[in-house]
Amino acid sequence: MRLNLRIWRQAGPEDKGRLVAYRVDDADEDMSFLELLDVLNEKLVLDGDEPVAFDHDCREGICGACSMVINGQPHGPQKATTTCQLHLRHFRDGESITIEPFRAAAFPVVKDLVVDRGALDRIVASGGYISAPTGAAPEAHATPVPKANADRAFTAAACIGCGACVAACPNGSASLFVGAKITHLGELPQGQPERSDRVVRMVETHDAEGFGGCTNTGECTVACPKEIPLDVISQLNRDYLHATTGGRRTA
Amino acid sequence: MHWTFTGGGPHPVGMVTLGERPATRVRHTPRPSSVQLKIVMAVSGALALLYLVAHMIGNLKIFLGADAINTYAAWLRTVGEPALPAETLLWIVRAVLTVAIVAHIVSAVILTRRAHRARPIKYAHRPPVKGSYAARTMRWGGVIIVLFVIYHLLDLTTGTLNPNGVSGDVHANVVADFAPHRWYVTLFYAIAVVAVGFHVRHGLWSGLQTLGRSSAAAQNTLKGVALVVAVALTVGFLSVPFAVLTGLVR
Repeated sequence: MRLNLRIWRQAGPEDKGRLVAYRVDDADEDMSFLELLDVLNEKLVLDGDEPVAFDHDCREGICGACSMVINGQPHGPQKATTTCQLHLRHFRDGESITIEPFRAAAFPVVKDLVVDRGALDRIVASGGYISAPTGAAPEAHATPVPKANADRAFTAAACIGCGACVAACPNGSASLFVGAKITHLGELPQGQPERSDRVVRMVETHDAEGFGGCTNTGECTVACPKEIPLDVISQLNRDYLHATTGGRRTA
Repeated sequence: MHWTFTGGGPHPVGMVTLGERPATRVRHTPRPSSVQLKIVMAVSGALALLYLVAHMIGNLKIFLGADAINTYAAWLRTVGEPALPAETLLWIVRAVLTVAIVAHIVSAVILTRRAHRARPIKYAHRPPVKGSYAARTMRWGGVIIVLFVIYHLLDLTTGTLNPNGVSGDVHANVVADFAPHRWYVTLFYAIAVVAVGFHVRHGLWSGLQTLGRSSAAAQNTLKGVALVVAVALTVGFLSVPFAVLTGLVR
């Protein structure tokens, strides 16, 4: 199949960047979207041009590395699918496809479609963890967890931190990401000691990194390849309210 | 991070105490935080919504006749007497509402500016996927509502812009206001009321979500409640000019 691509090219962080048109004539509907870019890049290299830089790693939909906005949608039009798992059969022969990087002030473009998502790592470092003593692993059955809590924690823990929620949000907010971590750890006994501290620190870092505030439009959860539900943001708000009004906050 | 190990002994389960974590603030943290601003939006919005519901129900008194609504308007000024001087409760309500609206607008402006800063470069191609029309028009809808409220106060509270403008004669003022030849006033009113409807439709749900009252199971119910309240408010407010235009109220 033949595809007309418009791809964001930006030589570096300081470059202004622009959309450049390319045509791929030998695409196959069984190719993944990243393979389409591989095919294009092979051709560009053979022609002596600079290949398109894009992030990718596992190519099996679990690492969260691939990050691009395809026709206005992070990870493309297929629901609950990362770019690497998106296949060309979802596009028409001769279709024009615009490919842009994730757009957010907190995600500066490194080159072409590669953005620096270190801001999400810094949010996690500020509180998205539990402290556990090292040594022999404790008996797994020693701490009972109700099924409903375990299920909700697991649903939230499915977040791969790709940043599609930020890319989709009209406010450039990472609330779905933060909410996922808050819910994931907050639903489990191990997450309780640092629960109040965690939400305050993570929200502080979220704001300091330059992400916007949530207006509950729900764009994030539609774009999320792991279908993190919107109610994790409600959980985030509730935990924040609890942590900042209780007066028993640990700092 | 340091650990104090207080377990051991005959029991296999130990207990650890979490040490104080040093503050590691690297860069400037915006204050108030985005979640705090959202809480202000939710609480101030809730106050405004309570007022709107009371206002809408009060308006319906016009269908009970001129005496009913004029007496009601007078009662709003005398309620609380003789324990309180005349118009005390009225001014308390006005003060609370003004504070709420100002807080609502200030928070919205701060959040909007942060949102613009958070995405300095727009997408070349980005169709709205999920966000409802109501969600996307909150900001401009809010501006329309503010402009209308200013006009509305000058029209029906102070009477300055009202063709009748007799203080206390609410019925005659309203009938004169929505007279068929003043269609543009009615149109502005209708646009503002519809904007309020959309604003409440997204705002009520969003506020409940912000106050942490939303869950996966309750989400659709809350959205349904927000829709019902928004439609009821819109229909209630629109019924008055509609009745004047069609001659039901004259």
